[in-house]
Amino acid sequence: MSVRIKTEEIMVNMGPQHPSTHGVLRLVLMLDGEVVTDCRPDIGYLHRGIEKLSENRTYIQIIPLTDRCDYLSAMMNNAVYVQAVEKLAGIEVPERAEWIRVIVMELQRIASHLVFIGTFALDLGATTPFIYCFREREDILDLFEMLCGARLTYNYMRFGGVSKDLPEGFYGKCKAYIAKQRARIPEYDELFSTNEIMLLRTRGVAVISGEEAVDLSLSGPSLRASGVEYDVRRADPYSVYDKLRFSVVLREEGDTLARYLCRVEEIRQSLLIIEQALDMVPSGNPVPKTSLGFKPPEGEVYHHIESSRGDLGVYLISDGSNKPYRLKWRGPSFMNLAAIGKLVRGWKVADVVAILGSLDIVLGEVDR
Amino acid sequence: MSEIIEKSVRDKFPDAVIESGDSDGTLMLRLEPKFLVDVSEFLKDSPELKFDYLACVSGVDWSDRLEVVYHLQSLSLKHKLVLKVDADRDDPKLPSLTSVWAGANFQEREAYDMFGIVFEGHPDPRRILLTEDWEGYPLRKDYVSPD
Repeated sequence: MSVRIKTEEIMVNMGPQHPSTHGVLRLVLMLDGEVVTDCRPDIGYLHRGIEKLSENRTYIQIIPLTDRCDYLSAMMNNAVYVQAVEKLAGIEVPERAEWIRVIVMELQRIASHLVFIGTFALDLGATTPFIYCFREREDILDLFEMLCGARLTYNYMRFGGVSKDLPEGFYGKCKAYIAKQRARIPEYDELFSTNEIMLLRTRGVAVISGEEAVDLSLSGPSLRASGVEYDVRRADPYSVYDKLRFSVVLREEGDTLARYLCRVEEIRQSLLIIEQALDMVPSGNPVPKTSLGFKPPEGEVYHHIESSRGDLGVYLISDGSNKPYRLKWRGPSFMNLAAIGKLVRGWKVADVVAILGSLDIVLGEVDR
Repeated sequence: MSEIIEKSVRDKFPDAVIESGDSDGTLMLRLEPKFLVDVSEFLKDSPELKFDYLACVSGVDWSDRLEVVYHLQSLSLKHKLVLKVDADRDDPKLPSLTSVWAGANFQEREAYDMFGIVFEGHPDPRRILLTEDWEGYPLRKDYVSPD
């Protein structure tokens, strides 16, 4: 004989100080037993008012602020902002600078995806992949340090180029890194991607259809894992991406596992891009003369690129002065996090950690 | 493509478009707010236009009025459109687009949080980045910071 026990809905706070929220995020979960019936993200703990600050800074002073949005993709944040300003002011970028930008942006994508794989594994209780991934990420950070002296917030891009040319020895070190990284990906797969526990906890979990994902304005691997072929590098080519051979990684399943696997494969594609770019960098001077009194003409521009997390956009309005009238960030983390409520509903509390991890958000970008 | 988009909107809604122009190489349509939801539904559902992706919602304070800018994309047909609507600075109310694109939810909350624009019909009209008891709307040009 079975007796139906009366249960009551309970509210549980996950975060803001929770190891698996990757920063400061509070999820307000409504639970029926172990099942999530509702989830409301509470954000803003890391809000620094970057858009407001930007209205009180000169154009060049804003570049270091952009580093602090998505701090795991600082190079892309630099790039989307300087490219928007270049578009507005009609600044020509030397070809060498364009190629260098592509190299550093793709290195950045790999570094970011490595953090994702490591922390995602950590969320699921596996500690070793984290150490493996951070070991390889270290090589990329070393390359960046060689390039501009910084390991996280680079302040590397300039209007019309980059702040420093590739240093002596960069080419060889980068080639060596590519070979090493290529050999290491099968290790991750063996250790983690095909791990029984990992598969049990992610396969078929929190499936989102392509149509729903588009409706929610998802982007990046979180969208492509649902079979939607949208990658800004191909859809709206910028820099020199139209001269490069690579494929847009797609998966059809739309589940937590697919979102993970997309990023692993994207590392391979980025290696391919860097390899081509290293051999195609033309000679020339990529470092522009910076004028501190820079004033772009009046007007507005919307520029977007494919960051590690997806469609990263900037809407910039200039009134002709030396400071932007309005600078709006369209952060993929912000948009992707908005889907969490829909994704976790009906799943268990323990799944929330895996599902949130699979969206790969950075709170610095969510909160700005 | 821009001509086709503009023509189909004007044909279907003769009174909706206040002004058309160019925003960074993309067609821009300034709409009468009361038509915003209907035009958006049309843009999304029309098989020739299929604007399925709401990329960006931005508030702007022009000192005499507030403005909301919508950057739309069609992922399947690969074209873009910019919509603009004005709101009264003293009583800024606009219809919410959450019923058309789910992606509008967080972005409209952000525009409310930073500019005080009320989106009528929004399912969860609360502040998003600032605390509930925050006074004022920081991205307005006349905002005075608390310290």
